[in-house]
Amino acid sequence: MSAVEEMSNREGATQVSDMVVRFAGDSGDGMQLTGSNFTEATALYGNDLATFPDFPAEIRAPAGATFGVSAFQIYFGSDEVTTAGDQVDVLIAMNPAALITNLKDLVSGGLVVVDVDAFTDKNMNRAGYSNNPIEDGSLDAYRVIPIDISKQVLESVKPFGLSHKFAVRCKNMWTLGLVMWLFDRDRTATIENLEKKFASKPDIAQANIAALNAGHAYGETAELPSSVEVYKVPRAEVPPGLYRNTTGSDAMAYGLIAGGQLAQLPITFASYPITPASSLLHTLSQQKQFDVVTFQAEDEIAAVCAAIGASFAGSLGITSSSGPGISLKGEAISLACATELPLIIVNTQRGGPSTGLPTKTEQSDLNQALFGRHADTMLPVIASSTSVDCFDVAIEACRLAVQFMTPVILLSDGYLANASEPWLVPDINDYEPFPVSFADNPEGFTPANRDPETLARVWARPGTPGLEHRIGGIEKDFETGDISYESENHQKMTDVRKGKIEGIARYIPEQGVATGETGGRLVVVGWGSTYGAIHQAVKRCRQENLDVSHVHIRYLNPLPANLGELLAGYDQVLVPEMNTGQFVNVVRSKFLIDAKPLNKVSGQPFKIREIEDAIKSQLEA
Amino acid sequence: MNAPVENLTARDFASDQEVRWCPGCGDYAILKTMQKTMPELGVARENQVFVSGIGCSSRFPYYMNTYGFHTIHGRAPSIATGVKLANPELDVWVITGDGDGLSIGGNHMIHVLRRNVDLQLLLFNNEIYGLTKGQYSPTSKVGTRSPSTPDGSVDMPLLPCVFALGAGARFVARTIDTEAKHMGPVLKRAHAHKGTAFVEIYQNCPVYNDGIFDQIKEKKTAADTRLVLEHGKPLTFGADQEKGIRLNRKTLMPEVVTISEDGVTEDDIVVHDETNKVLAQMLAGLKLPDFPEPVGVLYCEPTAPSYTDDFYQQRILVREQKGEADLNALLRTGHTWSVS
Repeated sequence: MSAVEEMSNREGATQVSDMVVRFAGDSGDGMQLTGSNFTEATALYGNDLATFPDFPAEIRAPAGATFGVSAFQIYFGSDEVTTAGDQVDVLIAMNPAALITNLKDLVSGGLVVVDVDAFTDKNMNRAGYSNNPIEDGSLDAYRVIPIDISKQVLESVKPFGLSHKFAVRCKNMWTLGLVMWLFDRDRTATIENLEKKFASKPDIAQANIAALNAGHAYGETAELPSSVEVYKVPRAEVPPGLYRNTTGSDAMAYGLIAGGQLAQLPITFASYPITPASSLLHTLSQQKQFDVVTFQAEDEIAAVCAAIGASFAGSLGITSSSGPGISLKGEAISLACATELPLIIVNTQRGGPSTGLPTKTEQSDLNQALFGRHADTMLPVIASSTSVDCFDVAIEACRLAVQFMTPVILLSDGYLANASEPWLVPDINDYEPFPVSFADNPEGFTPANRDPETLARVWARPGTPGLEHRIGGIEKDFETGDISYESENHQKMTDVRKGKIEGIARYIPEQGVATGETGGRLVVVGWGSTYGAIHQAVKRCRQENLDVSHVHIRYLNPLPANLGELLAGYDQVLVPEMNTGQFVNVVRSKFLIDAKPLNKVSGQPFKIREIEDAIKSQLEA
Repeated sequence: MNAPVENLTARDFASDQEVRWCPGCGDYAILKTMQKTMPELGVARENQVFVSGIGCSSRFPYYMNTYGFHTIHGRAPSIATGVKLANPELDVWVITGDGDGLSIGGNHMIHVLRRNVDLQLLLFNNEIYGLTKGQYSPTSKVGTRSPSTPDGSVDMPLLPCVFALGAGARFVARTIDTEAKHMGPVLKRAHAHKGTAFVEIYQNCPVYNDGIFDQIKEKKTAADTRLVLEHGKPLTFGADQEKGIRLNRKTLMPEVVTISEDGVTEDDIVVHDETNKVLAQMLAGLKLPDFPEPVGVLYCEPTAPSYTDDFYQQRILVREQKGEADLNALLRTGHTWSVS
């Protein structure tokens, strides 16, 4: 049966449970846009999915350079999907550099679509090919569809009279059209997006739409090799309700707005641009209709200081950065600890140290979050585990900050910030409000007054008559809040500040088991964005009847009160982390448990396989 | 409960804290003038906020019976910006010094002035680091001997008012710690200005840099060393106002001339126009021994919108366009799908 015949018989399309597709091209080829549109179509189709945008730090690297390859991977399926997938089933390579850098991840027998027009001597040379890989047999292990995409695109957009430069730019939409044909996706949402994106340039919009349709038509009509067929990935079984896609960054932004509403406070978000954290600033800047003030400060220090100033004035101050920027904020965070003002510090972690790998992901700022300030400045540290989880964790950060009058560090990472997944849209009315009550009674007021239960310091806003007071970085008297250099008082204040944070353990949920049993041979303990990979690995191992469970930790400081006891119920503890072993040391020192590390710092998330292998070798050991 | 604004006195603005500056410090005089001026501003005590960084001057908020925040070194302008963003109704004063504001906090100083955040920024300039025991500062004269420059400093100082104008300040003034009669009106002008009002205060440090402004402060020399600026009045000085500043038409440089000598008449003397930025930049650069040093309002551009006003104006416009904020609705915008 030819591909065309097969196409005409959709019922006969090959059914598969899940697929990993990767779009790869030059950083100027629009691969991220292609990927996000395909993601949307896939979500609307009803598959569960997870994505992994992987792009270089260079905005427009020289054309054809291997270091300039930008890729977007999506894993979608009919069953629960929690990672962007280990191996690629379908690779779209827009040029030789994209092919050479991504081929290693393609499964044997996988499908690879290449634009033969981009395989010029110059491009192949630059990518490091001495022979044309399409012709020399080096791709024999795969199913290759060589298409003269550039030529096809120019043909399809001819009626719009675009210059060659603009015409060629429609290449990504042509390719997207072909891939949409391959997976039976609806193009409507993409067409709407293009019309919106190029609203002021209707010619460009129409050309892109024509290219998209032409790519799709090519799939339907061209004599593709018989091994190329339309795949049918059945819809995933998910709880009923209204869904949308979200990246972690967007979910975080909305969560911060929600947190402000639940606290009945305006929020002031002050930030300085840094990859991969900036998108949070961008999203919040578009939400001026809410009680949200956004401020792009002159530097990281000014950003955190403006947030602290806003908190002093009675708003919820929030700042955001990535590791290097958080370093700069350190002194000011300690000021917020000393003055006991609410503050949220979002760290979208990236590969380090220093500039490191700005667009790649890592979890190596945990030590910084826990210990990276001068003096005894304990503060709550919480981490989001999935893109969707960023919403709830942001709300939780708001709650802790205002209920305990403390800075809170919220850890996300580059992967979560950019990756998207379907989101069962929450109803804000389902969340328990935690309204702030400001001091307003001068009777017996001092800025040192505390809630006897939570030990939270009183919050008195400027503008409140009779509560004029001064706070600052100098040690304060426990009773009056006045400057005090007394030695006993400093001991007491240090103890109180520490006790307040430790006491938060009484106000957070007990640690549960994400997958598996309470107790057993092995527990895999994770935090942050490793959730998806650990979850799938543990699930697969359990399907093979291995005695392994998954515990995933949101509250990294203070730790849940029952965590030590819970972990002691397992014979072995394995802690996978995208760092050289930071949380594993916390577990070891805190609970005197011989936890074993599993570390990866390649700038890429864990593959399910890597954790599965570690579980098996741990159990065999 | 607080007394009505009109009944407040200087005493109402003094906190119960023991003042801890060295005896003879110029900061005492500034504090006193500030406390005396506050009741005249017509602002309720609870709406006044003093924000400072680190250094001797930065202890100032502790002694004011208003809201106050003693923060970290150099960052007061940023904290104050946050206060103002969160609540534009508050009246915010930043207290800083030459080290705090121009060295470690130089970047924030540039940006608060550039943005024109609606606040008053008082820079106590004593040309030395006091609290860390006497190291030279970015405003110390070349050759200043200090613990860190025992053989004399070799780097050029910067002039605060030149710096402020360069950063785009729309209000720049200078006054002197012990000159309450001069300082009071300058503080009031600064307060009345919408936007960042930058005031340099010559402040004596009796311990580490004693007497550096004596020539300008002492009665017997002040007439020749101090150029008192008044809008619309010629730039004259001297015991009988017989000297003045003239602009040399060939070199475009200011020069000191004596009226009635060499054919100089009063018409040759530059008339102060505080809305003239070019003139302000020239005045800000005048230094002894070649020129008398100007005090008063060097520059005031009263019509420039403040950052705070523009910021909130933009918010109002956006809200008019976008309508009522509804988070549930926002979460449901864009492409969504239902699973039943």
